Amino acid sequence: MKRVITVTVINQSGVLNRVTGLLMKRQFNIESITVGHTEQPNISKMTLVVNIEDDVKLEQLIKQLSKQIDVLKVNDITDKSIVLRELALVKVVSPPNLRLEMNAIVEPFRPQIVDTSKNVVTYQVVGHPDKIDAFIELVRPYGIKELTRTGVTATVREVQQSFYESAPLSLLK
Amino acid sequence: MTANASTNAKIDASPSGMQEVEKRPKNGAEILIQALHDQGVDIVFGYPGGAVLHVYDAMYKNPIRHILTRHEQGAIHAAEGYARVSNKPGVVIATSGPGATNLVTGITDAMIDSIPLVIFTGQVATNVIGSDAFQEADIIGITTPITKHNYQVQDVNDIPRIVKEAFHIANTGRKGPVLIDLPKNISTAIFDETKANVPDEVYLPGYQPNYKPNYLQIQKAIQAISEAKKPVVLVGAGVLFADACDELVEFVEKYRLPVVTTLLGLGSIPGTHELNYGMAGMHGAVVANDAITKSDLIINIGSRFDDRLTGDTSRFAPEAKIIHIDIDPAEIGKNIRTDIPIVADAKEALKALLKNDFKAPDTAEWIDYLNKVREEYPFWYEADDKEVLPQQIIELIHKITNGDAIVTTDVGQHQMWAAQYYLQNHSHQWVTSGGLGTMGFGLPAAIGAQFAKPDKKVISILGDAGFQMTLQELALLKEFNLPVKVIIINNAALGMVRQWQELFYDGRYSQSLMPVQPDFVKLAESYGIKGYRIQTIDEAEKILTEAINSDEPVLVDCRVKQLENVYPMVPAGKALFEMVGVKKF
Ligand SMILES: Cc1ncc(C[n+]2csc(CCOP(=O)(O)OP(=O)(O)O)c2C)c(N)n1
Repeated sequence: MKRVITVTVINQSGVLNRVTGLLMKRQFNIESITVGHTEQPNISKMTLVVNIEDDVKLEQLIKQLSKQIDVLKVNDITDKSIVLRELALVKVVSPPNLRLEMNAIVEPFRPQIVDTSKNVVTYQVVGHPDKIDAFIELVRPYGIKELTRTGVTATVREVQQSFYESAPLSLLK
Repeated sequence: MTANASTNAKIDASPSGMQEVEKRPKNGAEILIQALHDQGVDIVFGYPGGAVLHVYDAMYKNPIRHILTRHEQGAIHAAEGYARVSNKPGVVIATSGPGATNLVTGITDAMIDSIPLVIFTGQVATNVIGSDAFQEADIIGITTPITKHNYQVQDVNDIPRIVKEAFHIANTGRKGPVLIDLPKNISTAIFDETKANVPDEVYLPGYQPNYKPNYLQIQKAIQAISEAKKPVVLVGAGVLFADACDELVEFVEKYRLPVVTTLLGLGSIPGTHELNYGMAGMHGAVVANDAITKSDLIINIGSRFDDRLTGDTSRFAPEAKIIHIDIDPAEIGKNIRTDIPIVADAKEALKALLKNDFKAPDTAEWIDYLNKVREEYPFWYEADDKEVLPQQIIELIHKITNGDAIVTTDVGQHQMWAAQYYLQNHSHQWVTSGGLGTMGFGLPAAIGAQFAKPDKKVISILGDAGFQMTLQELALLKEFNLPVKVIIINNAALGMVRQWQELFYDGRYSQSLMPVQPDFVKLAESYGIKGYRIQTIDEAEKILTEAINSDEPVLVDCRVKQLENVYPMVPAGKALFEMVGVKKF
């Protein structure tokens, strides 16, 4: 199962190494990891997306991370209402005769064109990682020259929607 | 390196010169030594080199007891031995590069066995870090996975704070090694007290070990214990680290609870206590493993359910509810499912259990059963009139020392025999490498133990192979007249490896026999130590008595039967109830 875990750390040199080293040593499979400063000076937040087999392993991951001296807080936010965002830069082959068509097709994803040359357009697309996956699939037939993704960052929504409250609204039930 | 050393070489080393030293500004190295004094450190094990010359110079001027071992590995194992018997952190200093990397085995050993150490390594100057400078090693990178925490000092004014934090981290919560890497230029930089930010109490927001048990969890534990028919208390080293042995004994006597221990939990309750059913696990007592297997309630206090203890985890204690008391929350549920987790210090948890008077479980029948199993399935060997058996040597050592000596071991068969046959009377008299199984541990650990307890008899029981990994430390026995008794169980083999090859590889002894050994008696003599040799069982008691009762360091080369095996045994991957080498008497 895929879990989104945030790790708040003291911004000490070596702390990123400690966290990633620990994940490697204990054989956790990291899908993405992002790090950056927070609103508090000297405190950084990492967002990890990890593939985990079961609850025992998940509990271990959280406990082992929490045990690190420079780690202040570890949260598994997967099951909360969260905003998950990722940014991708996608260079797509785009000969002038196809460019209008392409722009029309990608429109719903609201990408920004951040660079162009005669035959190549660079799109910047931001959103949930699923949206980025979909965007990539959409432009793939045109020929992707280069692709970079930042990895996921996330925040918990201010108002949490309870699972039980929202369930009856589901169209499937 | 010589140029740097000579710049500071003119300072008066006599105590009368110290006043003067006090007044002038201090450098990082001097502050470091001062910080060690402030922590009450009375002994340091180490080995100098270029990057720590200033530290050694500062030590010369402001003396702290430093023991120069013959190898950095010797220094760190000595510090571990010191920490185990004194229950205080051991301190180690080594130079950068090879000095630091020579510590790696000992650091890993301390990490896995939760031994509190504070380790100082020299480092090249900050302006050349990362340039592959002479004797540069990325010791922070190397030791990140094998330390509880590590620091590289970037600012001389941080030294007092970092040292204080390091001792705090090493010696609280689940104990462990903390490393401080000190670049050479930081050790020469001038310290400015006004910029040093040393808190009175260490406060680390990301490190708040929980000592007090949760009230509700204790109530649940009490209920489970009251209702149990076949309870077993499983004791690990956590009880020793927490100094909770008295509470443990009081608790199990009050409620008549049978006890088994791990290899590292030996000594937490006297070896001959009627409720102590001995060591469990791979080479544990039949009764201990049987108790776990038939139990309906395991009360684990301070053991981490290591695989050498549990055997096949899916069939460990199949009928039991599990209470797990551990200061490290990450150990709970890691290897074995837990019904009642209690994150707490062992002493606090036992005190909380003792504070409540609750209904004692009726364990009379269970204890009768266990007593019968204990009687019918003791550790056994078949004496042989031709060859000396290693078990006989350990039994004699036990008899001569009355079970009161501090015993250190190396790793292998002799270690298991020592665990089985040397029944200890007290806590903190057993020093062995458990989790890592580090050959070469035993002799230097004995040195550290003897420094910690100069008046105690220290017996170092070693294999002939493991002894040769750190035998250079014999020099210290002579130099400091440490009356350690080095007893070599000499089977001219890597006994434990040979045993596995006999049992699981059809006797193909691939690289496990050592037909050519030095003459250990002469070797001892060359170090100025009296050497003895035992070749027959008839002479064994007399020689061992003389050797052990001597006031001096001695070495005894015991020539024992090569093909003796450690039994009983849970083969790797099997359950505790699938022991082989079990004999009914
Ligand atoms: C540093 C190290 N290398 C290898 C091993 C693997 N090993 C475990 S026991 C053993 C044999 C030890 O032989 P010896 O010291 O003579 O003790 P014995 O088993 O014969 O009592 C070996 C090689 C180890 N534990 N540690």
